[in-house]
Amino acid sequence: MQVDLRQDDHALIASLAGIWDLEHTAPSFDRLIESFAAGSTVEAIAFDTTELGTWDSSLLIFLLRVRDYCEAHGLDFRAESLPENIGRLLDLTRAVPEQELERREAKSSFLTRLGAQGLSWFDGVLESVAFVGRVAQGFAHLPRLRGRLRWRDFWVVVQSNSSGALPIVTLISFMVGLIIAFLGAVVLRRLGAGYYVSYLVGYGMLREMAALMTGIIMAGRTGAAFAAELGSMKITEEIDALRTLGVSPIDHLVLPRVLGIFVMMPLLTIYAVFIGVLGGLLVSITMLDLSAGQFIGGLLTPLTLSDGLLGVFKGTVFGLIIGIAGCMRGMQTGSDAGAVGRAATSAVVTGITWIIVATAVIDWLAALLGV
Amino acid sequence: MDDARCIEVRDLTMAYGGRVVMRDVSFDVRRGEIFVVMGGSGSGKSTLLKHLIGLKRPVKGTILFEREDFGAADEKTRRGILRRIGVTYQNGALWSGLTLAENVALPLEEFTALRAEAIAEVVSLKLALVGLRGFEPLYPVEISGGMRKRAALARAVALDPEVLFFDEPTSGLDPITASRLDDLILQIRSCFGTTIVVVSHDLASISKIADRALFLDIEQKTMTALGRPTDLRENPPSEEVRRFLTRSSGARDTPVFEPRPARTYPT
Repeated sequence: MQVDLRQDDHALIASLAGIWDLEHTAPSFDRLIESFAAGSTVEAIAFDTTELGTWDSSLLIFLLRVRDYCEAHGLDFRAESLPENIGRLLDLTRAVPEQELERREAKSSFLTRLGAQGLSWFDGVLESVAFVGRVAQGFAHLPRLRGRLRWRDFWVVVQSNSSGALPIVTLISFMVGLIIAFLGAVVLRRLGAGYYVSYLVGYGMLREMAALMTGIIMAGRTGAAFAAELGSMKITEEIDALRTLGVSPIDHLVLPRVLGIFVMMPLLTIYAVFIGVLGGLLVSITMLDLSAGQFIGGLLTPLTLSDGLLGVFKGTVFGLIIGIAGCMRGMQTGSDAGAVGRAATSAVVTGITWIIVATAVIDWLAALLGV
Repeated sequence: MDDARCIEVRDLTMAYGGRVVMRDVSFDVRRGEIFVVMGGSGSGKSTLLKHLIGLKRPVKGTILFEREDFGAADEKTRRGILRRIGVTYQNGALWSGLTLAENVALPLEEFTALRAEAIAEVVSLKLALVGLRGFEPLYPVEISGGMRKRAALARAVALDPEVLFFDEPTSGLDPITASRLDDLILQIRSCFGTTIVVVSHDLASISKIADRALFLDIEQKTMTALGRPTDLRENPPSEEVRRFLTRSSGARDTPVFEPRPARTYPT
């Protein structure tokens, strides 16, 4: 890869020599021309390729650079002095004029982007509200739809959220019960109130942790699955095929799924409470030397039915949230290859966010109502 | 002649977001004809199809289906119109969670009061018509691409539609399979008298099946030709149509290359 410049009358002759390949760095034409003290009479650049060996794209890139330089400085680029095949390749790069593509994002100011972001966020909120509305409408039609609802989808969801979900729910809620009991054991023993660990575990699991943990697990498991499933159906036009049949995808695809998780979440929550309490029991017996009888006694006496109902209510609300968030993100899926992945991610994030917000709202209302 | 109009499109403008894809598109589809919408990749053929089957609403202009305004119809009218059309999507778009039989049965369950046994009979008939007798219990992933398109056709004709829409029926198929699908389309038209609208850029298929064809020009963003394919080939109304129908690249000054044996070019 070698370039020598020499001046011949009004033309600058670049002698290209050696083997040109992409694995070696090609000389920079700009630097060559700067260091070459050419007379002001140069009107053209021509080439001498008698010494040129084999070559690949690296030579073309170099020559394009030379051509750009010539155009910028009003010089004549003598392509005819190049071998014919090289000249034709250079012509080919100009056969179709360069497209002026709009790249608005690159140019827009911070304020424009902020505004656009705000508008798209607002559109997103509107879309969510509209989707929730349509699902609510669907639920209102449920008695009429009963005969035509895809019960098979419903049962698949029920199955995947019962036997399918039990191992992970068992593990997590057992651990959470264990953790609450550990915390309680340390703090309460210092106050000489180790006996109340069972109350803490029961109260915590019933009112908060069982529903919350199950909700988060299910958002990651079922919510993501809904989004991926509906997203793939969207990409393969299966949802369009339903629409052109006059079948509402909401009634046909979303309702059975939301209904499935809506029915199963309260049951899973109740199950999680029991497993969590078992975890607490284990810690109480091994660390606090409480008997199982004392533990159960300390658990049942202070707890009320409303504590339990609150937990189950939360679980039910979370079920709705997971189902709706998952299906909504699935139905909003774009059309490229990464879209399904983004839909699944977004379903989990949306689901968990809404769950946390709902927990806060429900706890606040419960405190107001004295439940 | 007026009575023969099945679909009327007037001054249709189509857009995605704020970006106009096509404007001033006007044409009629006559009852019982095979009407092909052709154009280059990205010219808006599929978008036009989405408008015709009611998946997208026009930004401007009207689409009349048997005198009823499809674009602005309320839910009930739309459902009524959808009941009378069938659509075959590019890759079939069969519901992957359902068997072929269930796929074909679903429109029947949705729109008719037939009993299960009667539905099963109709399903067998439709699958047999497209050459898939005995494939009822298979799932879409278990059959080939060509079979999937035929199964999708069986689903599209489940309700004996008046108008049948095809999105690129022959794309991705080998020439023999594609030609058989064309035969099937012609047979459906001649046996049922179905009006057929096809979106395609497959020249062989277009010249075989089309009664009339519409050309969408991507650069002018509108339709530039409408007529019988043979007439269009003999008297192309524009250079772009001529290039499309004669399959010439029409590139401006592209030098033509002879094939070269080696990867590198010794001089």
